[in-house]
Amino acid sequence: MENGRIVRVNGPLVVADNMRSALMYEVVQVGEGKLVGEITRIEGDRAFIQVYEDTSGVKPGEAVYRTGSPLSVDLAPGLMGRLFDGLERPLDTIASTSNSPFVSKGIKVSPLDENKKWHFVPTVKKGDKVDEGDIIGTVPETGLVEHKVMVPPGIHGTVKEIVPEGDYTINENILILDMEGDEKPISMLQRWPVRIPRPYKEKLEPTEPLLTGVRVLDTIFPLAKGGTAAIPGPFGSGKTVTLQSLAKWSAAKIVIYVGCGERGNEMTDELRSFPKLKDPWTGRPLLERSILIANTSNMPVAAREASIYVGATIAEYFRDQGYDVLLVADSTTRWAEALRDLGGRMEEMPAEEGFPSYLPSRLAEYYERGGRVKVLGKPERIGSLSLASAVSPPGGDFTEPVTSNTLRFVKVFWPLDVSLAHARHFPAINWLQGFSAYVDLVAKWWNTNIDPKWKEMREIIVNDLIREDQLKQIVRLVGPDSLAEKDKLTLESAKFIKEAFLKQNAFDDIDAFSSPQKMAKIMNALVLFHDRGLKLTEKGFSVKDIVEKATPVMTEIIKSKAIIKNNELQKYDELIAKLNSVFDSMEKGDAS
Amino acid sequence: MMNVREFSKISMIKGTLMAVEGVSDASYNELVEIETTSGKKRGIVVDSQLGVSIVQVFEGTTGISPTGTKVRMLGRGLEVKISEEMLGRIFNPLGDPLDNGPEIIKGERRDINGEPINPAMREYPEEFIQTGISAIDGLNPLVRGQKLPIFSGSGMPSNLLAAQIAKQATVRGEEGSFAVVFSAIGARYDDAVFFRKFFEETGAINRVAMVVSLANEPPVMKILAPRTALTLAEYLAFEKDMHVLAILIDMTNYCEALREISASKEEVPGRGGYPGYMYSDLATIYERAGKVKGKKGSITQMPILTMPNDDMTHPIPDLTGYITEGQITFDRSLYNKGIYPPINVLLSLSRLGKDGIGEGKTREDHANVMNQLFAAYARAVDTRGLAAIIGEDSLTEMDKKYLLFGEMFERKLINQGLNENRSIETTLDIGWELLSIFPESELTNIKAEYIKKYYPPYRGKK
Ligand SMILES: Nc1ncnc2c1ncn2[C@@H]1O[C@H](COP(=O)(O)OP(=O)(O)OP(=O)(O)O)[C@@H](O)[C@H]1O
Ligand SMILES: [Mg+2]
Repeated sequence: MENGRIVRVNGPLVVADNMRSALMYEVVQVGEGKLVGEITRIEGDRAFIQVYEDTSGVKPGEAVYRTGSPLSVDLAPGLMGRLFDGLERPLDTIASTSNSPFVSKGIKVSPLDENKKWHFVPTVKKGDKVDEGDIIGTVPETGLVEHKVMVPPGIHGTVKEIVPEGDYTINENILILDMEGDEKPISMLQRWPVRIPRPYKEKLEPTEPLLTGVRVLDTIFPLAKGGTAAIPGPFGSGKTVTLQSLAKWSAAKIVIYVGCGERGNEMTDELRSFPKLKDPWTGRPLLERSILIANTSNMPVAAREASIYVGATIAEYFRDQGYDVLLVADSTTRWAEALRDLGGRMEEMPAEEGFPSYLPSRLAEYYERGGRVKVLGKPERIGSLSLASAVSPPGGDFTEPVTSNTLRFVKVFWPLDVSLAHARHFPAINWLQGFSAYVDLVAKWWNTNIDPKWKEMREIIVNDLIREDQLKQIVRLVGPDSLAEKDKLTLESAKFIKEAFLKQNAFDDIDAFSSPQKMAKIMNALVLFHDRGLKLTEKGFSVKDIVEKATPVMTEIIKSKAIIKNNELQKYDELIAKLNSVFDSMEKGDAS
Repeated sequence: MMNVREFSKISMIKGTLMAVEGVSDASYNELVEIETTSGKKRGIVVDSQLGVSIVQVFEGTTGISPTGTKVRMLGRGLEVKISEEMLGRIFNPLGDPLDNGPEIIKGERRDINGEPINPAMREYPEEFIQTGISAIDGLNPLVRGQKLPIFSGSGMPSNLLAAQIAKQATVRGEEGSFAVVFSAIGARYDDAVFFRKFFEETGAINRVAMVVSLANEPPVMKILAPRTALTLAEYLAFEKDMHVLAILIDMTNYCEALREISASKEEVPGRGGYPGYMYSDLATIYERAGKVKGKKGSITQMPILTMPNDDMTHPIPDLTGYITEGQITFDRSLYNKGIYPPINVLLSLSRLGKDGIGEGKTREDHANVMNQLFAAYARAVDTRGLAAIIGEDSLTEMDKKYLLFGEMFERKLINQGLNENRSIETTLDIGWELLSIFPESELTNIKAEYIKKYYPPYRGKK
């Protein structure tokens, strides 16, 4: 392939001529430093290259080296527990080999360890016919993840040779296929272009909740396995903490966390805590099921744009193995801004707020990569990819293009409310504005598996919250005295719901993760107060009286979030019994 | 790198930019020296093409003429000589002394743009810094290596607070104090003098290096000032094992300079006319803070900015808050009440504080007390709003207690003297005193054992 010649350097945009045979989205190496770049426009013999590293020092006249292939990622055992940058360069390996606190440009290190031997157990034998996606063997990658080695998409044939069980590197051939008369060697390593979704057989409807351990999410606005969710909110409202909770506690088999244009210390936080924290569903260290991708806010902007796709491709690869995968992206706004920045330098016509006109379609394509699918290959299996993304609207204004367009493509919306955050009500999810399209679907699961009254209880809770808002407006107009006793009870009930249930401290060892059983127990207590309190008001009791009598137990229940562990739920039965006896004794006496 | 090349054909001069013809090998961001009839200027290449280079002139293009001007491409990027000797001294953003002292001879040339820290090399910050300010230590604790800005408003005492923090900040159980790298960005002369005098009077001047760009200087100097300062900070922290407090004042001037330059390049403006890349640009400044593995030193960053019209959603505080690890926010109404420092703790946040507090670091009850104070003050402020509508008399007894708490909280806990250096124990004890307004059952955020130990009614009894 002929080299190109740089004719212009303008920040991350480099223009080169002599590029007539270049391919759109081809990866190239720019200048003497061989900086990684990608072709994003071709005009005549000129190619416009988006460079993923700082271009200081690059000058016209230097060469552009072609690679002939699009931006791709390496997929093989060795991904789990790692920290990569937005181009799948291993920041962990770079740290341990470079001996410098900084990431210097032009560093070339291959993503996966090429010398490490993995224990491969074949599951096909000589003479078997295999097709794309078929599992040909397994590797115990971590204590939590059995890596399924698959025939890459587009490949099929008859097994001519397969290695015996043993230890192999990712580059060694483990299988030789006869593919229509041609010999096709296959190793454990696949490469896949990041901008093209990996193929699957069929998209299916989600059926199960993706439990997160965060009460307001699981109960009020649940996510499903294979679902899509967005969490928009102004700075400091709790997007990252919530997404980190998802990464830590959700019932996904594999979690991929993309830090896209955010803080360095947030990635460090995960790096230091994930090896120590235990996956609540399996008891294994979280890092065994996690992959971190970091393009921090001060790293080159172009790689930020790519990081989302790198994450999505790795996620799809594990989905294809038949796993439930969660891909967290913090924040898609920074990704959209990278698009805007690069579009601007290419002198594209800006649309809304300077974003390129293709912003909505790029967002749609991204969320389309989520879903529950029947994957390619034998044995038949179903995998899911759930997407949860932060959106960071300027000034907290949800009408701006990234938030408003994202809303069109997600099924779950967790809007963060600045006034809740300022009042330290966390998670600051606005219970009136949020939505989830999966409520009915997950209700079946909850009613069957956890508590047959779940759906009913959820409705009572949600209604009290809605009613509270209306009542508060009335109070603001005419004062609290004008309210009927039953309305006053609703206000107390809503307060109890917020304090005992919705508020959840992500930094408290016990409160951080609620099992679904624990959630249901607290819900029972809330509904008990609502039901029996209401009955007493009908009998003429004053709410003041009810609250006075119930406060000691209610205080206990509020505090219990951080005291009663997920394996001590009988203690909730005791509290519920206590609350019942408060009401019993009131009922026995007279309304005063 | 390359040799020095000289050119003299200038085809365009506009704003801070000029086009130099006949250059085909200028590196992006190459440093340029411009010789005019009235003196020397410097600049960098911001767009390099075959045959022409666009150069941004640091000192502005005033006095540059298409004829009689010599442009030298220096074959290297924008580097400034950095050295320990800069402590106790004052420089401009290009590293030239402003204090009549000698030039820095024995220094190391460093590209002031720096490089991103590898997240895998970062050490998570978790050592509590006692600033002696209750609103910070008690409710928004600062840790070593954090970037925590002050969001001020025009006329409010952010300089006084920054100075007080620089003077009082200590890490408990450790000798020695912070080295301060102070960057005045587009400063008024008297602000720069205020800090200089303050450091002299407190005897700290020998551990303070100042990088100053004044208000009347061209915008590029304001863009360079924090970068030069942070390059020095990184050197002192990661090569000389020092704990550095970097104070950048005022980032609003920085952003305005960025907007001015962007407009002169005819870039598509974003919100408020600020360029769309302002987030990424600010990140290359604010992210230059922290601790790294294997190095003893650290950079704690305290940028100060003025919120235009006291508006926290204005792009400057907004984008800053999206990058920094919290913010200390001033409030005009507290200021008007005579509260110093006028910190609105509800609008403030320290994201890293939680890891720096608790047993062995501050005190076991710190996190609980902090959460309770926040919850109570939030309700107090809410109740105030309600009382304003329906009248105080219609409030419940409990609501009245919250009103009282709100007042006391502002006057006793937030408010303190300009020279008052409170220990964290003092701050927490004030907090408990205020919480004793409430019956025990209201303290839902506090563990029973701490209530038994610290709640004043129990303490009295023993
Ligand atoms: N569930 C929670 N429990 C306790 N504290 C929380 C919770 N959620 C958020 N917080 C508090 O809010 C702070 C800000 O949260 P977070 O960093 O997630 O905000 P963000 O929305 O990601 O902000 P940015 O857009 O600036 O990144 C946290 O540092 C923490 O103090
Ligand atoms: Mg965040």
